Amino acid sequence: MNQPAQGPSDLLVVGGRSFRSRLLVGTGKYKDFDETRLAIEASGAEIVTVAIRRTNIGQKAGEPNLLEVIPPSRYTILPNTAGCYTADDALRTCRLARELLDDHRLVKLEVLGDPKTLYPDVPATLEAAKQLVKEGFEVMVYTTDDPITAKRLEEMGCVAVMPLAAPIGSGLGIQNKYNILTIVENARVPILVDAGVGTASDAAIAMELGCDGVLMNTAIAEAKHPVLMASAMKKAIEAGREAFLAGRMPRRRYASASSPKEGLPF
Amino acid sequence: MQIQVNGATEVVPEQSTLSQLIDRLRLSGKRVAVELNGEIVPRSAYAARPLKENDVLEIVAAIGGG
Repeated sequence: MNQPAQGPSDLLVVGGRSFRSRLLVGTGKYKDFDETRLAIEASGAEIVTVAIRRTNIGQKAGEPNLLEVIPPSRYTILPNTAGCYTADDALRTCRLARELLDDHRLVKLEVLGDPKTLYPDVPATLEAAKQLVKEGFEVMVYTTDDPITAKRLEEMGCVAVMPLAAPIGSGLGIQNKYNILTIVENARVPILVDAGVGTASDAAIAMELGCDGVLMNTAIAEAKHPVLMASAMKKAIEAGREAFLAGRMPRRRYASASSPKEGLPF
Repeated sequence: MQIQVNGATEVVPEQSTLSQLIDRLRLSGKRVAVELNGEIVPRSAYAARPLKENDVLEIVAAIGGG
C-alpha cells in the first residue's frame, strides 16, 4: 500500500490557499507583544486570528501595533467577529476588516448567543454566513458540534467549518468526539476544531479524528509557559495528523500477544 | 461642529475632511479602518470626504483576539 501524503506534501487547503501548518492560533490574552510573537513563532502557525476593535483615540505616537508583530506579509491574518451577538454586527466587523487589511476576504465568522457560554447563535450565524458569502468573503465559520448545521454552512459556501470542542476558553477538550467524527466524515470542506482545547492531547485527539486543523488561543496564552505550550501544540497537531493518516489499529477487548507463541524453549 | 468618534463626542472645525480628522487623532499612517454613518470609507477617499454635524464614526484597528 502506498504511504499517504505526509510531511511537506500534506497541505491544508482553505479557499484555494495552501498551508503547511494545521495549527491556527489566536493573539489574545498574552502578557505582551513579545510573548505573542514568540508563542506564534513556536507554534509554527501560518494563519493567525485577530480581533477588530475601536482604536484608542489619543494613543501615543509610536505605540506598537499588533500587525507589526504579526505582519500580514508573513502570516495569513484571520480577522474574527468575536464579541458580535447579531448577524448585523458580524457583517459590519467583516466589512471593516476587509478595508483594514486591503480587500482581505478571509474571515472567521462567529456570532455568539450569550456571554456566559459564548455558544454560537446558530440561526444568526447562518444568516451572517449567507450574506458574507454573497459579498465575496471567504468564510471560516465557528459553530456548534452539530453535524446538520455544519453541513448547512458548507452548502452555503463557507470555505471551512469550525465546530467547537468545548466552550471558548474552557480548556475542557473535545466533549463530543462522535459528533466531530460525523462532521468530518460528511464534509467536503476543511473541518477545524475551534475553541475548547486545553492541552496537547486534546489537539492530538482532534487530529486523530480526522480534523483538518485546530484553532486555539487560550490553551497557549494561559499556559504557565505559553511559548513551550505553543511548541507542544505544534508537535501534537503533527503527531495527531500522522496518526490519522497512518490509520490506527482496531480496538480489542482482550489481549493479543506481540511475541510469537511458537518456539518457546519449554 | 460636533461629531461622534468611537462613542465619544469630538469637536472639529467646520468643513473638516475625514483625512484632517485622522491627522488630528494622530492616526495617519496607522492601519485603521473607518465606518462613517454605517458605511465603510476606503482609505483612498479620506481626503475628499467632508464631515458633517452629528456624523457618527467608528475607527477600528486589529488587536489581539482568538
